[in-house]
Amino acid sequence: MKLSSPHLLGIEPLSPGEITLILDTAEGFSDLATREIKKVPTLRGKTVVNFFVEPSTRTRSSFELAEKRLSADSLNFSTSTSSLVKGETLLDTLRNLEAMSPDFIVLRHSEAGAPHFLARYGSTSIVNAGDGAHEHPTQALLDAFTIRRRKGRLAGLRVAIVGDILHSRVARSNVHLLTKMGAEVVLCGPPTLLPRGLAGLGARVTHRMDEAVEGADVVMMLRIQRERMKGGFFPTLREYATFYGLDAARLSRAASDAIVMHPGPINRGVEIMGDVADGEASVILEQVRSGVAVRMAVLYLLAGGDREAASQER
Amino acid sequence: MKLLLKNARVVDPKASIDGAFDLLIEDGRVGRIARNIAAGDATTLDLAGLCVCPGFIDMHVHLREPGQEWKETIATGTKAAAAGGFTGVACMPNTQPPIDSRSVVEFVLAQAREHGAVPVYPIGCVSKGQQGVELAEMGDMAVAGARGFSDDGKPVASAGLMRRALEYARIFDLPVIDHCEEPSLVAGGVAHEGEVATRLGLAGWPGVAEDVMVQRDILLAEYTGGAVHIAHMSTGRAADLVRRGKAAGIRVTCEVTPHHIALTDEAIAGYDTHAKMNPPLRAEEDRAALLAAIADGTVDAIATDHAPHNADEKCVEFSQAPFGVVGLETAVSICLDRLVHGGVIGLSRLVELMSCGPASVLRLAKGSLAVGADADITVLDLDHSVVVKPGAFASKSVNTPFGGWTLRGAPVMTIVGGRIVHDGRAKEPR
Repeated sequence: MKLSSPHLLGIEPLSPGEITLILDTAEGFSDLATREIKKVPTLRGKTVVNFFVEPSTRTRSSFELAEKRLSADSLNFSTSTSSLVKGETLLDTLRNLEAMSPDFIVLRHSEAGAPHFLARYGSTSIVNAGDGAHEHPTQALLDAFTIRRRKGRLAGLRVAIVGDILHSRVARSNVHLLTKMGAEVVLCGPPTLLPRGLAGLGARVTHRMDEAVEGADVVMMLRIQRERMKGGFFPTLREYATFYGLDAARLSRAASDAIVMHPGPINRGVEIMGDVADGEASVILEQVRSGVAVRMAVLYLLAGGDREAASQER
Repeated sequence: MKLLLKNARVVDPKASIDGAFDLLIEDGRVGRIARNIAAGDATTLDLAGLCVCPGFIDMHVHLREPGQEWKETIATGTKAAAAGGFTGVACMPNTQPPIDSRSVVEFVLAQAREHGAVPVYPIGCVSKGQQGVELAEMGDMAVAGARGFSDDGKPVASAGLMRRALEYARIFDLPVIDHCEEPSLVAGGVAHEGEVATRLGLAGWPGVAEDVMVQRDILLAEYTGGAVHIAHMSTGRAADLVRRGKAAGIRVTCEVTPHHIALTDEAIAGYDTHAKMNPPLRAEEDRAALLAAIADGTVDAIATDHAPHNADEKCVEFSQAPFGVVGLETAVSICLDRLVHGGVIGLSRLVELMSCGPASVLRLAKGSLAVGADADITVLDLDHSVVVKPGAFASKSVNTPFGGWTLRGAPVMTIVGGRIVHDGRAKEPR
């Protein structure tokens, strides 16, 4: 089985079969990190441009490592060095990048729909590494990979996602992925940070954290940005932490074997208390580890590979 | 000079005429409407199978001149109007510099006289420099020919300024046209706040931001006795507020755009910047409520909010793209297809919405085919199917969401003051 599109623009267009394919393929790549030679020749001779028009350390590093482990040549093109600051349009930047014949462009952009724009006007395979408040598909895939490893399944799980849903691409991608795979998703945050129409996405919505966490198999906390306070979405970080911070007492309402996730970087003492972040239930660093394998799988499959061949190659 | 239009269906709602007649134009005015008028020395056009209506007026267009001539000029915009079946357009004052003084009104009128295919009715700014602080010289502009006042592109955000504008405009019996959005509720929104925007991760522009402003304006119109006109009304709730305001005898009128009639926020699903406009495309409930308001008489005018933008300006990330779509050359076909053939209203009501209604809001002696009236005439072919080809537009800009659409019904000839300014009959075989 192969992916039906040459791009990964979001989770929403993927079928459950495609999601499973990516996760299964990532399994094959996941033990690479523990080997002596952490590299396969799979994408030798392919060029990947990591085009980051918004600051990001972990996603970019994770993609870069995935590319290197696949033997691809990668080029980092970020805001401070790109010509976007000189007033060039996204279309012109795309044309300039494509003049150098890359095989993939991995795009992080502050505007929703920017990867769709590249896919529409260009001829290179586009991977969305986060577009505004829209989607962050590889994050949702690595989250699913992590959950599946811990729980053995996705279907039937209860997942609570807590925090700034309004501005979160991670929440949107996770809602799409988890509901497609048969999990039950509860979204929770102050009503000021819960956008309209969430029910249409197939998730349940509550502004009571205790209710969201109750019996959850997975508690996924989202980073809260300080700027939101100025935007008037909540009065102070202190008050936010009181009502929506995950501490041990709140976590005790979840299932006894619940896991705690966070896409990072975490704000200790705000959305998650230090003891919970460092506690037994936390799989936050495992998420980071999964990220490389999942991104390798995505690039490999978009290059036209299928799962059987991937296993043979190793 | 005489022109005889023969065998057409003549539709003139003001005179309650709807039937097969001949219409004789003499010296730029309607001379006679009767059956079997003898040609005499008149040039005769056989318009069998076509409809002759009082000239359509688009009371809300952006001609971009002065200042943004790469998007549109008075010459190209009025040519687009003529091609689209409009015998006159009212141009909004958000130009550079804005139309906020007599000299700019006079400039626009001079350009229109010299280069315009159809007459232009300038709308002057409510506030100096469109800054929303002090009243512009409304009186001086009215004397020069302004037909109404608006800070369109922006709302009149200050309730105090709106009150004064409504009071002051009473001297000239002209409407204050408001682009209704409460800025603190829109707060950077680019798409209708609802499921589609949430799915796409786009900042929401909630309908209630329009509704609170519409309600404020209606209350102020009641209090001041001024006439307020709600530009490009896009929500069901706003339509309801206007309906109730009218029932209470308050001087409130409103317009709806063809794109809010034909599209919903689903059209932005692929981040298509040609579907990005202000106010945004709304939910289906809003669209349905606007159709009901069009049918029950609440809506006074259909206006395009023709907002030309250069193709490069629109070819950017969705949030970065300017708001607006062109409309002059698609409006009549959209309305015939969706409203008349769609069974929402009859042709006579459409003529009210596109001719008599806007004429009445702008206090123009137009919108009628009475003997002696200016011979401004729009000729329609109700059954001619057209495919929208943006490349063939007379407008300088092609930012339309309707490219490639097949629509039933089209304007085929435009006559201004007895002179044919556009004749599309021969262009395409029928």
